[in-house]
Amino acid sequence: MNYYSIRAIYIFEMSRTWRTLLQSIATPVISTCLYFVVFGSAIGSQMMDIDGVSYGAFIVPGLIMLTLLMQSVSNASFGIYFPKFNGTIYEVMSAPISYIEIVIGYVGAAATKSVVLGLIILVTARLFVDYQIDHPVWMFSFLVLTAITFSFLGFIIGIWADGFEKLQIVPMMVVTPLTFLGGTFYSIDMLPSFWQGVTLLNPMVYLVSGFRWAFYGTSDVHIAISLGMTLGFLASFVAITWWIFKTGYKLKS
Amino acid sequence: MQPIISVQQLEKTYEGGSQALKKVDLDIEPGEIFALLGPNGAGKTTLISIICGLVTPTSGRVLADGHDIISDFRAARSKIGLVPQELATNAFEHVITTVRFSRGLFGKPPNEAHIEKVLRDLSLWDKRHTRTMELSGGMKRRLMIAKALSHEPRILFLDEPTAGVDVELRREMWDMVRQLREKGVTIILTTHYIEEAEEMADRIGVINQGRIILVDRKDALMKKLGRKELRLSLHEPLAALPEALNGTDLELVDEGYQLIYRFDAQSDHDDISNLLHRLSTAGIQYRDLQTRESSLEDIFVDLVHGEQEGSA
Ligand SMILES: Nc1ncnc2c1ncn2[C@@H]1O[C@H](COP(=O)(O)OP(=O)(O)OP(=O)(O)O)[C@@H](O)[C@H]1O
Ligand SMILES: [Mg+2]
Repeated sequence: MNYYSIRAIYIFEMSRTWRTLLQSIATPVISTCLYFVVFGSAIGSQMMDIDGVSYGAFIVPGLIMLTLLMQSVSNASFGIYFPKFNGTIYEVMSAPISYIEIVIGYVGAAATKSVVLGLIILVTARLFVDYQIDHPVWMFSFLVLTAITFSFLGFIIGIWADGFEKLQIVPMMVVTPLTFLGGTFYSIDMLPSFWQGVTLLNPMVYLVSGFRWAFYGTSDVHIAISLGMTLGFLASFVAITWWIFKTGYKLKS
Repeated sequence: MQPIISVQQLEKTYEGGSQALKKVDLDIEPGEIFALLGPNGAGKTTLISIICGLVTPTSGRVLADGHDIISDFRAARSKIGLVPQELATNAFEHVITTVRFSRGLFGKPPNEAHIEKVLRDLSLWDKRHTRTMELSGGMKRRLMIAKALSHEPRILFLDEPTAGVDVELRREMWDMVRQLREKGVTIILTTHYIEEAEEMADRIGVINQGRIILVDRKDALMKKLGRKELRLSLHEPLAALPEALNGTDLELVDEGYQLIYRFDAQSDHDDISNLLHRLSTAGIQYRDLQTRESSLEDIFVDLVHGEQEGSA
């Protein structure tokens, strides 16, 4: 392992976060707070408890997951897209560094940011709603696992994208709707049975459900299945990344 | 002596089907300054990009200091610094941050003293806390050189290093390149300023349409291909060459006011005294006489033209 190379990429990427602190931390925190105010406090107080959990508390894990996914994808995609866009990628490609090391640097930095952000939101949520965390270790593991998984997805998108539109399209058109329809704001038990079946095709259901289980010990799908599905996503994204480097797709001519 | 770079039967066909390199063989000697010349699209950047790992070769292989650039890329690349042709910088970062990044990326532990030296040598030290986008074009190019030197490479590729750099700084850059060579760094550069190659290079390679058409020592090249030219300004214009001068390589130009005689730089000078003698016998009087040695540029243009006519 080339420690100095990984460190260089990691520090460089993290310093980009501090420079754009407002954009990378403040914006998502503020928008999540708005969700808590509207859905947690205002509307939530009129809603029935779900599985014995107040509505405000029920949506906390889902909202954190939503932000985590969006931020992981956008951080990681931007991190690799930008050097491709401004041409500085030549340096990384000509450095004595393996693909694995490049990935650890970029994906690691993006995932770190998302995890930090997820924890900030978790703390902020406390200002608006009361929640408990039954399984803190699992909670944190899910947080990290999801951040890494979707940073990989972002990394892939960043390499694939050849324009800023493409960079925006996947998070906008795919990730957001899937997360909203993945049980962030409701339990899938509330849906008619046909739609419950359809929902089970949505990968996000497993992430949100597993994460919520770590909080309240109840979930739509079994925790083992949630974990398995998440690991499955991770494995497929890693495989695609490996293929990208193996073939030099969009990186080398 | 083992060459520091050895390019063997290297070929590259881009996806679109354009063949940029055709069976290129080239050895670079350790410690030399090698200038690669050739017209636009000749394949210079492609060759450099393959050696540095940015482009995948179609066939053939390259060794850098004995290490295969693909199977042993770590050892090979850690010796190589690259300044690409295109300007590419991180707009928002500070100059010194990007230079530190480059050093780290190439696996070297931090060394502030070295970074300061490199920035000073390139007259960028005063700009170290400036954001890259606030630099002028020439400063950006120097920054790219600083980044390449930050990790102390033994081999340095400069793809048109002085494009857009002003005359004074260009001279400073030449000095810097010579200093690097004195420290044992091998330098391979491309340029469209022949003057630059003439000034600096130990050896020159000419590439055209993906083929290396010539590699030689600069002075040998100048001697071998250099031609001299004698120009005579006449008192009276001539309508045509007089019969008495038939069989000489004389050319009448400028509406008959000038005579040009071309000859090899090495050929002996009896030719000229002979010619002058014949001229005065023929009653041709001249006001002025000049000789000129052809530059590398002339040589280069001749070569590339000859090649194109040959292949047409
Ligand atoms: N990425 C690419 N995809 C397809 N063709 C390419 C690519 N890069 C270069 N080429 C083609 O390969 C040939 C050689 O290009 P190259 O950039 O190596 O020339 P060069 O000698 O560096 O020219 P210049 O003096 O203009 O920089 C050209 O015909 C060019 O069009
Ligand atoms: Mg070029």
